[in-house]
Amino acid sequence: MRAAIDTAPANAASTADTRDARAAWALSTPALMLFIGVLLVPLAMTVLLSFHDWGQYKGIEPVFIMKNWHEIATDPYYAEMFWRTFRIALLTTLITAMFGAPEAYILNRMGGRWKSFFLLVILGPLLISVVARTLGWALLFGGNNGLVNKLLMSLGLIGSPLRFMFTETGMVVALAHVMMPFMVLSVWAALQRVDPQIENAALSLGASPLTIIRRIVLPQIMPGVLSGAIIVFSLAASAFATPAIIGGRRLKIAATLAYDEFLNTLNWPLGAAVAVLLLVALVMIVVGSNALIERRYAEVFR
Amino acid sequence: MRTNGPLALIFHTIFVVVMLAPIVVVCLVAFTPEGYLSLPTSSFSLRWFRTIANYPEFVHAFWVSLGLGALSSFVALLFAVPAALAIARYRFRGRDALAALFLSPLMIPHVVLGIAFLRFFTAIGMGGSFPGLLVAHVVVVFPFALRLTLAAATGMDRSVEMAAVSLGAGGWTLFRRVTLPLILPGVISGWALAFIQSFDDLTMTVFLAAPGTETLPVRMFLYIQDNIDPLVTSVSASVIAITMTALILLDRFYGLDRVLAGKSDPGR
Repeated sequence: MRAAIDTAPANAASTADTRDARAAWALSTPALMLFIGVLLVPLAMTVLLSFHDWGQYKGIEPVFIMKNWHEIATDPYYAEMFWRTFRIALLTTLITAMFGAPEAYILNRMGGRWKSFFLLVILGPLLISVVARTLGWALLFGGNNGLVNKLLMSLGLIGSPLRFMFTETGMVVALAHVMMPFMVLSVWAALQRVDPQIENAALSLGASPLTIIRRIVLPQIMPGVLSGAIIVFSLAASAFATPAIIGGRRLKIAATLAYDEFLNTLNWPLGAAVAVLLLVALVMIVVGSNALIERRYAEVFR
Repeated sequence: MRTNGPLALIFHTIFVVVMLAPIVVVCLVAFTPEGYLSLPTSSFSLRWFRTIANYPEFVHAFWVSLGLGALSSFVALLFAVPAALAIARYRFRGRDALAALFLSPLMIPHVVLGIAFLRFFTAIGMGGSFPGLLVAHVVVVFPFALRLTLAAATGMDRSVEMAAVSLGAGGWTLFRRVTLPLILPGVISGWALAFIQSFDDLTMTVFLAAPGTETLPVRMFLYIQDNIDPLVTSVSASVIAITMTALILLDRFYGLDRVLAGKSDPGR
């Protein structure tokens, strides 16, 4: 009898725990079923597909061979294409960091109403159709006498018109524009944690504005810049709409090549291998750099 | 250091002009009275907006997009609201893994999702169909629906629920009369953000759409691949106008900064 009374509270707690867990799983089971059935299964099927064989006349043959992976590993065309993909993504990331971080800093120093107005102006495009935004760049680039070339030439920055359409330059400019809000948002979030009084303290101690930027501001917003860079890089490396419209049918990157294999050449197994490789490479890069940043800035994330 | 110097303001002006330039150019060219791509110099004309009516494939694609966006966001909420309540209220084993799984469509490139869904729906005989497209959109917009609902459910005052329980409410009545009204702003904003994501998606949908189920972004993309003319700018300008309206409503209703904070950080 005594023993039963003593253990009663512990028993009650554990039954409450099981009841909680049961309720939680009951509530999330429909969504879990949806995700297993319509996300994990299709992803597994895609990985499997990349090992299948394909021929012009026989179509897809459900066998398990390394043919597609071997082709990607040995044909320099794919190495060049992946290198181009990551080069474009890296340049895009650098440009967004170079311009997005100072802009976030300037925004943060504005007065209340201007601040929210310009934040809306800069972040709003995030929700506007990517096709429409890229179309805008195609119009601005438009041939040798496009508006961008006219402006750059009248400013005396370039002597002869640059080619933007169907070039990597054009892709990087348009991608940087599409991804810019992510960088501004990320640096902005980091700036919200910074105490403005630190800058004033540095100023009162005689630091020059340049020193303050370099020694006070930059170290504090660096985690924001880096996590923004990871977001921008992974989105730029897998972007489809902008590279497809600006790059046309000739200049291929991973996403547009996979699209071509699936909907034009109809070599699904090869397209699946390209897509799986892109996914694996991106997951490794994102997880790896996240871990590096969190170790480097452990005190900020704690 | 609290105010911006002239150099900073010049930088800021150029930045904002560059950010807006492509969007403004599309909207201006849409009003050209000419038959070719040009900025309207002497007068504005609505001729290219009227021309849209002569292209039933654009009009049809618009209705597909609208229906798909509205429906997929709604279905996503049917799954997301219970899941959000479970994650917000209970500490149970597997909770973090579950949350990570539910947010994973944000991490997976849409090209990969498009390919995976194409493979899957073709294998089960639903390739190019509207139901297939709907299910795919439900999965892709789910994280957005979940995030805003989760934020609302976490911040909710539970003493009101306890009061209702003490007065004899339970089960479905408790949810419909007490819980749902309390989290409704988050749920509606989740729906709106999910709708915008579905309405704008090109990369995944381009793999799944067949003639008849093409959405507006897909139709625009395929059209641009062939040629760029003022017609596609007037269609784009209409899309921009619709998104802006949704944005303003979202801002009034919930605050755009909170919505966008939910959109950022796909890694976390």
